[in-house]
Amino acid sequence: MSAPSLPAFCLRLVRRQLVLAVRRPVEILNPLLFFAMVVALFPLGLGPDPKSLASFAAGTLWIIALLSNLLTSDTIFRGDYDDGSLEQLLLAPQPLYFSVLAYLGAHWLLTGVSLALISPLFALMLNLPLEALPALVASLLLGSGVMSLVGGVGAALTVGLKRGGMLISLLILPLYMPVLIFGSAAVRAAAQGFPAGPQLAILGAMFCLAIALAPLATAAGLRISIDA
Amino acid sequence: MWTFFHKLGSPPWLYAISGSILKYLLPATLLALGVGMVWGLLFTPPDFRQGDSYRIIYIHVPAAAVALAGYYVMATAGAISLIWKMKMADIAMQCCAPIGAALTFVALVTGSIWGKPTWGTWWVWDARITSMLILLFLYLGVIALYEAYDNKAAAARACAVLSLVGTVNIPIIYKSVDWWYSLHQPASIKFTGESSIHPSMLYPLLLMIAAFYALFACALLLRMRAEILDRERRTGWVRKLLEADAV
Amino acid sequence: MYFHDLHSALHMDGHGAFVWAAYAITCVVLLLIVVAPLRRRRRLLREMSAEARRQRGVPTQGSEA
Repeated sequence: MSAPSLPAFCLRLVRRQLVLAVRRPVEILNPLLFFAMVVALFPLGLGPDPKSLASFAAGTLWIIALLSNLLTSDTIFRGDYDDGSLEQLLLAPQPLYFSVLAYLGAHWLLTGVSLALISPLFALMLNLPLEALPALVASLLLGSGVMSLVGGVGAALTVGLKRGGMLISLLILPLYMPVLIFGSAAVRAAAQGFPAGPQLAILGAMFCLAIALAPLATAAGLRISIDA
Repeated sequence: MWTFFHKLGSPPWLYAISGSILKYLLPATLLALGVGMVWGLLFTPPDFRQGDSYRIIYIHVPAAAVALAGYYVMATAGAISLIWKMKMADIAMQCCAPIGAALTFVALVTGSIWGKPTWGTWWVWDARITSMLILLFLYLGVIALYEAYDNKAAAARACAVLSLVGTVNIPIIYKSVDWWYSLHQPASIKFTGESSIHPSMLYPLLLMIAAFYALFACALLLRMRAEILDRERRTGWVRKLLEADAV
Repeated sequence: MYFHDLHSALHMDGHGAFVWAAYAITCVVLLLIVVAPLRRRRRLLREMSAEARRQRGVPTQGSEA
């Protein structure tokens, strides 16, 4: 049997991750449930006045998306590290850059994309103006991609540690901050009737930069974690 | 050139040379710091808009500048240790983090104390202050990651990767002043073009910036010497050093 | 010197408390980052020479600090 070509190999990895997730649907639903619950917390904490909720909605939705992404990023490599298949991946002839990209892409599809698609529902509950919905979905799609990629670096560096959960948030939250700034700025601009294009363009640039660099750092981090 | 580079990787050589550098550098640094502080506090005229509270500039600006530069030093040392697997570079990287965190803390605290009489509030969420806070988090993240690993060689490599990733944040810190409208005044020292600060205020500021850089170097070398001794405690040259010390 | 007397230097038109507090905090932190490694080095040297003396079988003298 010959080794599969690179694209086929990556596609197989993505499919494997998706199949694993579909077999345990709780793993997909948990971040969404978390999102819904935290959305419910904000009116309870800030008061139910629709006007004040609308003014906070952009930032609130983005912060919740960021947190649910953060909570799931710890699990990207955890299972495969525990059962040893990560070590096999490092020994595989395919470049680690692309296999890591496949892992992170699968994570993005499972958490980021599903969150972005369901976010208009919660946006309406928080009284966000309708005009801002396209900007919200677009900014969450791009931004969660950046966050999955950056979160992968943190996950790779902490996967070998027993108590990695808290540490990973310390490591990658500072790196999430620029994404949060431009993501929520895009939604706020759209809500006030301005074009959200510039902010989305900057998010797109961050996404490209993250695709180019983050898998390299993630691959280096995985090698360190496996060696240690 | 390369022999110098290789010598840098040798613990006894670095220990000896840093000792003889520090003998002169440390007193000179402390003297410069003392002179700069007295000069800035007592011998400069007050600013015509901010009055005397502007005197905090002589510690705030140098601390912020060196805290930023310290991150570059750390990332560079991290890159060297990843590429050439040089032990001294990962000691240097690991020793940069606490010093940089301390200086960032100083910049934040003095900035906040300066903000109270000038803006009437302790804390403003403007771009540069926020970026400094993020810088502090980045430093603390590196320290936390280092402490979390039991295997110190792996810890150093993991921190090197993290600090290189963190350098993505540094251009954002610099650019943030242009990106966001803020209360913060634009940078007032430019080495190209005319400076908007009067020479009688500029010279003590330059002295303090130089002194803070020197202090960073001193603190880094001191930490590295202690760390080298700790890691090399079983080797021959440390025993010889002890015997020479005992005599 | 810019100020006429000690009192005006301490007071600085009402900003004195801020300025002097900022300088004091800075001095404390700077002293800490220089003194901490010096103390650590001294402690290490003491530990190691005590260890070396034990290994040579020479009875330790003086107090253990």
